[in-house]
Amino acid sequence: MQLTMKFSMKSGMGALVFHVAALPVLVFAMATPAFAFTAYISNEKGNSISIIDTDKLEVTKTVPVGHRPRGIVLNKDGSELYICAGDDDLIQILDTKTLAIIGTLPSGPDPELLILSPDGKLLYISNENDNLVTAIDVATRKAVAEIPVGVEPEGMGISPDGKVLVNTSETTNMAHLIDTQTHKIFANVLVDARPRAAQYSPDGSELWVSSEVGGTVSVIDTANPKVKQKIAFAVPGLSKEAIQPVGLRFSPDGKRAFVALGPANRVAIIDTATKKVEKYLLVGQRVWQLAFTPDAKYLYTTNGVSNDVSVIDVANLKVVKSIPVGSFPWGVVIAGQ
Amino acid sequence: MIKAKKDDLDACGLDSAAATKHHARMSFKHGILGVFLGVVLAASPFPADAASNINVKAGFIRAPHPQETLSILDIPSADDGIAGAKLAVEDNNTTGRFLGQTYTIEDIRLPPDGDPVAALNGLIQHGIAFVLADLPAAELLKIADMAKDKGVLIFNTSAPEDSLREEDCRANLFHVAPSYSMLADGLAQYLVWKQWKRWMLIKGSHPQDELYAEALAHAAKKFGAKIVEARIYEDTGGGRRSDSGSVQTQRLIPVTTQNAPVYDVLVAADESNVFANYLPFRTWDPRPVAGSAGLEPLSWDGTHEQWGAIQLQNRFMKLAARRMNARDNNAWVAMRMIGEAAARTGSNDPKIIRDYLTGPEFAIAAFKGQKQTLRHWNQQLRQPILLGDGRMIVSVSPQEGFLHQTSELDTLGFDQPETKCNLQ
Repeated sequence: MQLTMKFSMKSGMGALVFHVAALPVLVFAMATPAFAFTAYISNEKGNSISIIDTDKLEVTKTVPVGHRPRGIVLNKDGSELYICAGDDDLIQILDTKTLAIIGTLPSGPDPELLILSPDGKLLYISNENDNLVTAIDVATRKAVAEIPVGVEPEGMGISPDGKVLVNTSETTNMAHLIDTQTHKIFANVLVDARPRAAQYSPDGSELWVSSEVGGTVSVIDTANPKVKQKIAFAVPGLSKEAIQPVGLRFSPDGKRAFVALGPANRVAIIDTATKKVEKYLLVGQRVWQLAFTPDAKYLYTTNGVSNDVSVIDVANLKVVKSIPVGSFPWGVVIAGQ
Repeated sequence: MIKAKKDDLDACGLDSAAATKHHARMSFKHGILGVFLGVVLAASPFPADAASNINVKAGFIRAPHPQETLSILDIPSADDGIAGAKLAVEDNNTTGRFLGQTYTIEDIRLPPDGDPVAALNGLIQHGIAFVLADLPAAELLKIADMAKDKGVLIFNTSAPEDSLREEDCRANLFHVAPSYSMLADGLAQYLVWKQWKRWMLIKGSHPQDELYAEALAHAAKKFGAKIVEARIYEDTGGGRRSDSGSVQTQRLIPVTTQNAPVYDVLVAADESNVFANYLPFRTWDPRPVAGSAGLEPLSWDGTHEQWGAIQLQNRFMKLAARRMNARDNNAWVAMRMIGEAAARTGSNDPKIIRDYLTGPEFAIAAFKGQKQTLRHWNQQLRQPILLGDGRMIVSVSPQEGFLHQTSELDTLGFDQPETKCNLQ
């Protein structure tokens, strides 16, 4: 009885998509295997990290970690995974070879998201409870700077040259642009309600910010930090309130942006030149964060409510697989071999 | 610095020549001070994007709520409501640092027979154009009408009467609190989804109980439930609590609820906190209770933590040393609406703020899973309704499957085609 229950919980909508639409693509993928990468998924309610072999397209291991793991990031050589364990007020360090927790980093209360500086030396963490961004020296494991920002700091982005750190504040509704040399804010840009992710286009000319409650993506001109355009979404049959943009990624060539639309259960694909939505892909329920495989052939999405990860074939813009993971998958990062 | 200033003042009293000299020194000092300030601003972590510095002044007028409640957990604290507004003032000021805006709120807690109109006049004299009100319906209308000519906007943070949104609506009155009909519809959708469609209604003997009961009856009809019987629980007065209280109620409630036709759920309308909390576990038939006790429709609850609400609860706990209730939250949302409009428009002019709030751009994030906007026809905030049992949130309406052509939130409460409101 218990086994049956477990099975039916894990076979969500995404699995159906795979069976109906994506089988031929998968067969093709298996015929010419890609290099195996390792995807790490944080399971917010499962208190675990699911580890996926991207070649086998299945979970190979589930590692128990701290309470309420959400934001995760790899260090530069991929040897360590940093995990925001929000309910423990800690950042845990997972050794990616031994899969053991080998230490912790100091963090303020309730760390949610974090980002690594391009040189790999500093970790920037948003602390939702005290309106701060904390910079931590990875080598010494000590906090080196605290930057006051707006109410409920959330998303973190960094410019390709590493000179600008961006933090979004959910209740202040701003993107704060921070000089990484001085750790001072030099610009604040108002965006729509409850901003989440902040991502620079690969050429650094644009900064895109998703607004979960506002339902839009703001495109900010980085030369003159102002919103130059807002991208809205419309899915037939869905109320506008259900469209809640969260995770946001650019393809490495900068031609497309992928936006996770939360409870709309879809990923929007945007042509970055025209800023028009090309396509909506149906994925699992409450799609949250996104990550590309290092070869940029596949995009992984975490689907919180359906407890699975959808795999999108980037060339063909199709969902090719749904992989059951732990309870309430939230964050995803993918390492090389 | 202070010593120098004192010397200057002394110099003022001497003679005109000295005064002239003093002026010269002052302006020189201003120059230095100006440079000094400039440096401070440039080095500040909060550069103001907006050129103007504006102060947004709000007031809060609140009537005391009865301390007589059936459960001691429900006794309102001294800072009931205002604590939520104060938290939003803090939040707005954090945002304001980046925009050159500051926010303040002046709190007026009326004595039991206090005059809200006098309180409003006092606030207006202090240059306040935005007033949050936790007042009974009649007094709310009185101050709204008073405020109209003064260009002052009123935000209703507690009164649930539908008449305030319908025949008695006002153009300078915004409703942050949900109406009886929104609450009743939110509950009805869930009960119907559960297939608990046969309701026994038990209502108190006060006029407010009648209004809530009417909304529940309307909701039953709207969503396909049936009230199989309606009973009245007479308020015979007397204290609510005693050391042997449970002994009597244990015998009283079964009698009150016996000989009922077959029903699925007991729905209570007890706005005065006289009997509803006695119902759960004491009914003649073993049935769940909803409405004023058991499963309650709420705009907010101290147990709500989904959609990032835990962050708001944590901030509130830090400020008030208690959990946030519905009135606190309505006040927080009202103050945030003012802050949102002022941040977006760069203005503290109530005309501009009203235009923004009633315009197409306005939406507020308030931790209930989706954007909240205004019904432009009666200035009621659209919002999900939480269903809580006092321990946690059981569900949130609108329920899946209750569809609407523009917003599923408009399945809750009177909709535009039914409205009797003519905004003036």
